[in-house]
This record gives sequence, structure tokens and C-alpha cells, in this order.
Amino acid sequence: MTVHQTASETSIHELRLGNAPRGFIGTIVALQPDIAGAAESGHELERHLLEMGFTEGARVEILHQGAIQRDPIAVRVDNITIAVRRREAMAVVVK
Amino acid sequence: MTHTDVTTERFHLALVGAPNSGKTSLFNALTGSRQKVANYAGVTVERKAGAFVTPAGRQVTLLDLPGTYSLRGRSPDEEITRDVVLGKRPGEAAPDLVLCIADATNLRLTLRLILELKRTGRPLLVVLNMFDIAQRRGVSIDVDAMSAALGVPVITSIAVKKAGVEELRKRTDEFAANMPAVTTGDGWKPLGLSEMKVLQREADRIIRETVTMPTKPDTLTTRVDAVVLHPVAGLAILALILFVMFQAVFSWAQPLMELLSDSFGALGTLVAQVLPEGILQSFLQNGLIAGVGSVLVFLPQIIIIFLFILLLEDFGYMARAAFLMDRIMGGAGLHGRAFIPLLSSFACAIPGIMATRVIDNRRDRLTTILIAPLMTCSARIPVYTLIISAFIPAENVWGWVNLQGLVMFGLYIAGIGSALAASFVIKFFMWRDYQPAPFMLELPDYKLPRIKSIAIGVYTRAKMFLQRAGTTILSMMILIWFLASFPQAPAGAEGPAINYSLAAMIGKFLEPFFAPLGFNWQIAVALIPGMAAREVAVGALGTVYAIEGGKEAADAIGQALASKWSLATALSFLAWFIFAPQCASTLAVIRRETGSTKWMVVTFLYMFALAYVASLITYTIAKAAGLG
Repeated sequence: MTVHQTASETSIHELRLGNAPRGFIGTIVALQPDIAGAAESGHELERHLLEMGFTEGARVEILHQGAIQRDPIAVRVDNITIAVRRREAMAVVVK
Repeated sequence: MTHTDVTTERFHLALVGAPNSGKTSLFNALTGSRQKVANYAGVTVERKAGAFVTPAGRQVTLLDLPGTYSLRGRSPDEEITRDVVLGKRPGEAAPDLVLCIADATNLRLTLRLILELKRTGRPLLVVLNMFDIAQRRGVSIDVDAMSAALGVPVITSIAVKKAGVEELRKRTDEFAANMPAVTTGDGWKPLGLSEMKVLQREADRIIRETVTMPTKPDTLTTRVDAVVLHPVAGLAILALILFVMFQAVFSWAQPLMELLSDSFGALGTLVAQVLPEGILQSFLQNGLIAGVGSVLVFLPQIIIIFLFILLLEDFGYMARAAFLMDRIMGGAGLHGRAFIPLLSSFACAIPGIMATRVIDNRRDRLTTILIAPLMTCSARIPVYTLIISAFIPAENVWGWVNLQGLVMFGLYIAGIGSALAASFVIKFFMWRDYQPAPFMLELPDYKLPRIKSIAIGVYTRAKMFLQRAGTTILSMMILIWFLASFPQAPAGAEGPAINYSLAAMIGKFLEPFFAPLGFNWQIAVALIPGMAAREVAVGALGTVYAIEGGKEAADAIGQALASKWSLATALSFLAWFIFAPQCASTLAVIRRETGSTKWMVVTFLYMFALAYVASLITYTIAKAAGLG
């Protein structure tokens, strides 16, 4: 299966996982890792997110969030749960 | 190892798998207690090797490689995994077969790793672990189809069941009997982004074709997490767990410790009866048995601490603790992942500092290393226990809380608080301009810990402690005994013989420096060997105060201190040990880990300064309060 994903497709839905509230359920549209303030360079962050299962088309759900500034978040990615900070979750475009 | 004779050649297996895949349980099941924990040369990555014999009598060496999601080599331990698999790790035999452990309940990430491993050309055998749990949850896997799709043999296993482990041994034999020619390409390159995506899509395709997922996910984990990861309740539970842990360390271990101390006392008395009075008797009874005994008594407490840490890890709670603590520690400039190393530092700073390898970012790692020794390691327990039981009444406050336990808890809190403050200061002064590394951690489903695996883990740790007691601590005790015994008192001298010894000279030389802290020369002497291993300070005090006998010593050191020290001195001594310049082995690990003597010196100086200032403040305040 090939995923055709264009820039125009993602720009319509600018919802980022890092902004989504607890209880949010959606699908990953794209990874756009060039975000200001992230610790890793874009490529490395994208690679890291991919390793943890954040791939296009994966179903995501925000299960829990931390006490301070609702951070970090526990995200169900398909059938595993990943803890991630909202800052890095900003790289994940969801719908 | 490059034997040429095929029949005697050892077979090298390497275990690779994602974190939480049950790799360690399987390793423990395959090797039992036949394992050796050491370090890879040059780095403080734990090297766990074990051995077993196959049904056909083949000798197999099994290497438990650090868990990883990819061969990216983002951290030192992931680099080890990559290099060993590629056969590029100097001094390490290239594995004849890589056992890739996959959690059958969670295949997505591991299948991608398997496809990545396949590209290295190394022979692979995939072990679907925790197959029983997967079946119970309604996951059904067409193992043959998966094997065909992956192009790699796949077997199922249940790490705790004998049959599964036997099957694995048999398969190893079969594999070794017709070993394919290894075609590891030197042309291996790290995957590019697009290649990663291709592999993940392929993995997802294989899962769709060979795995039937249950209609309902594991709701138990979700329900438990609703409470455990709750912003308020979760933190309360974490605090409660830590509180219970420290109460346990203090009260559960008591009967066993008394038993040990009685045994050493009896041994000492026996030696005194059998041997004639003199240097040899004094050496055996006061130096060897009393000294080493005073340290070995703390084995039960160390076992309890490790038991808690290993249990929490196996339950899957440690990752939750990191999740809960990430922002709180982030406020102090620490990474959430630093929580686990720092928690291990409660047992001993050495494994704690070694555990910082899970932190990818160098600066996060360095900060964690610098503050890890501030965590109250188990070697401080003897010191705390001694002083607390001598000076703090064993009363209950609020009806149920043991006051001694409460003081102990307070000392731990002081350690944690100062570590967070130190981290804040380090970040503020050194790395103001930098962003913390990303925090990405899998929260595994809760699992019941495997008793046998826990037992092996605790046993390995206890053995390490005993080895340390047998080497570093033993040699220090001998040195102390020597310093306290020579030169001997002249005939007809007044007062205890120790007043004429080298120890007294050293102590009196240092006394002016420590006097503002309320420390007398006996304490000054005890602090020096305390550098080799903190717990030695207790034995040293015992020897210095020239108390004879084992069992009596354990009780009597406390009595002697209570009669000779003021409460202000005791509190000052406790404050000193919250920060106490860490033991020589910790300093050595820091040097090796940071690759520089500079950081070792920095750590030593800053902790020494903290200890001095804290003791000074404590003593001054306590004296002003009339406790002097």
C-alpha cells in the first residue's frame, strides 16, 4: 500500500497532536517535524516518532495527561501506549 | 573466540528486542543463575552474558543486548546492540544467531525491527514471547504464515514455561547443525527515513495478513492507568509506594539483620575463645569479623530495595513513574527518563549512573550523573540506621507512624530535594540556552512479575554487593584496624590504646577543620575510609571507639555514640552523610562514564562543599537550640 500525501492535503487540517485535548481520537495525517523548540533536528525527531509507531494512518487517542500544563501526554498509537511531551507531539498532524 | 575445531566451538547467541518485550525474563529462563554481569570495555553499558547447554550437548553463550527499537544507535547502549549485531564490537564474538524477541501482544514496532535486522544479513530466529498472554487476550497469530512473510523462522515461547524454553534450546541445536553461510554485508547503512516508512508499511502488511487482533483491547491496563496516571491520584500513589518502600527497608529487614549480627557476634566470640589474646585475635575479631560483619548486616535492606525496584519494573510501573515525574523533574532541568536512574541510585549510585545510558542526550545525561550520588544510596542506610537508633526514640507519632522511619524518610526527602536543587543550579549556570531532549517512552501493558526472574535479578545484585564487601570493604576494614592498632600503646599508658595510634594522629590533625561541624577526631578518622565505601564509616567508628565483640558491637556502637556525642553532633553527622562526598567506586564510575577526570573532580568538590555547609548549618542551629 502506498500513501500519497501532499503538502496541500495537510495544510487544510492543521490540528496537531500536541494541541489536542485529552480524549481526542483521530488519525495521523503526516509528520511535520520542523517545529521550533524541539530538541532534535527535524529528521531525527521524525525518525524517533516513526520508531515509536507514529506513522501516517495510525489511529491515535490521548488517554492521559500530566498535572503540569497538561504535559506530557499518554497517546494510544494503534495498540500501544506512548508517553510523549506535547512539544514533540506538535510534529504530528492529526485529523 | 576463534576455535577452528567445529565440534568444540562455542555457539554465540545474541538476544535482541524492543524494551518490555520480556527479553530479560527469557534470558533468565534460558540461563538460570549461570550469568555474568559486567561492563563493555570503555563504556558503562551493562554486559549480561549467560551460558546454557543444548540437548545435543552444544555449549552456547548467550548475550542479552540492550533493548532497542531500531539499529539507529541513538544512545551508548543502542550503539552496543547495533555493533554486536553487525559484528563490529571489538572483543565481542559476532553472534552466530540473533534471537529476536517479540512481544506477541505488541508486534508492530518489533516487526519493523526484525525487518531492519534482516537487512544486516545476520541469521535470525524470531521468538514470539508472551504467547500465552496474547492468546488469552484473543490475539491469534498464524505463525507459519508470519514466518513465510518475514522470510525468517518464527517460534512461540512462554518465558516461564519449561516447554517453551526447551523448544528454544532444541531449535538452537537444529540451527547450529546446518548453519547457513553468514553473509553480513559490510555495506550496512543506517536506514533512511523513506526506508523506515517502507519497512513499517511492510510490517503493518504482515500483521494484517497473519495476526487477528481481538475486538476489545486490554481494558485492564487502561482502567488502572486512569487512576495511576491521574494528575493528582497518580502522584499520591507514587509517593505512597516510595513511602512503603522506605518503611519496609527499615522495619522488614530488622529480624534478619539481628540474626546476621548475632551470628557475627557468635563467630567473634568463638574466635576470641579459640585463639590466644594478641594481635592475631584482635585482627580477626575486631578487624575482620566485626568490620565485615557490620557491613554485611545490611544485606537484607539492600535485597529489599532491589526487590522493590525490580518488581516495579516488571509490573511496568517504572515507565509510569517517569511519565508522572517528567514535568516535575523538567522544572528542575531533568529529563523524565532520569527518574529511573535516580530511583536506582537509591540502591547504589553505581548502577544508577550506569542506568543513565537510557538518556540519549549528553547534557541531560551528565546532569543526571552529577546529581545521582545525592540520592540516598543503600550504603548510607547503615550510617543512618546507627545514628537514628542511637539518638531518635522509637516512638510512634500520630498513632501509627514510626518516628525513626519518619526521620529516615525525611533524610531521603532531603537527598531528593538537594538533587533537584543541584540540577536546577547546574542547568541555570551551565546550559541556559539549551532545550531538553524529547521524552518518548512506551508505557507497556501491566504484567504480573515473573517470580523466578525477579529472584535471579535480586540474587545477582546481592552477589555484587557481597563481592564488594569481600574486596573494597574488607581491605578498608583491614586498613582501619591497622591504623587504629599501631603503633601500640606504650606499657603503663593511660586511656584507650587507640589514643596512641596512627588513626588518632590523623584524626587529631583533621580535627580543627571539622570542629565547626561538631565532629571530634574519632569522626574525622571514620570519614576517611567512608570515602572508600560509605558504610565502612560505621565499622570504622566501631573500631575507633575500640569496642570489642560482634553482637555487642552492633548495639554498643550506638550506646557509645549516644553517651559520647551530643544530639547536635549526631544531627550534623546525618547532614554530612546526606551529601557525603561519594565513595571511591562512584567517583571511578563517573570518570569512566563522562570520559573525563574533570567531572569526577567537580562532583567530589561540590558534594564536599555541600556536606560541609549543611553540617555547619545543622550543627550551629542545633547548638543554638540547646541540643549541643
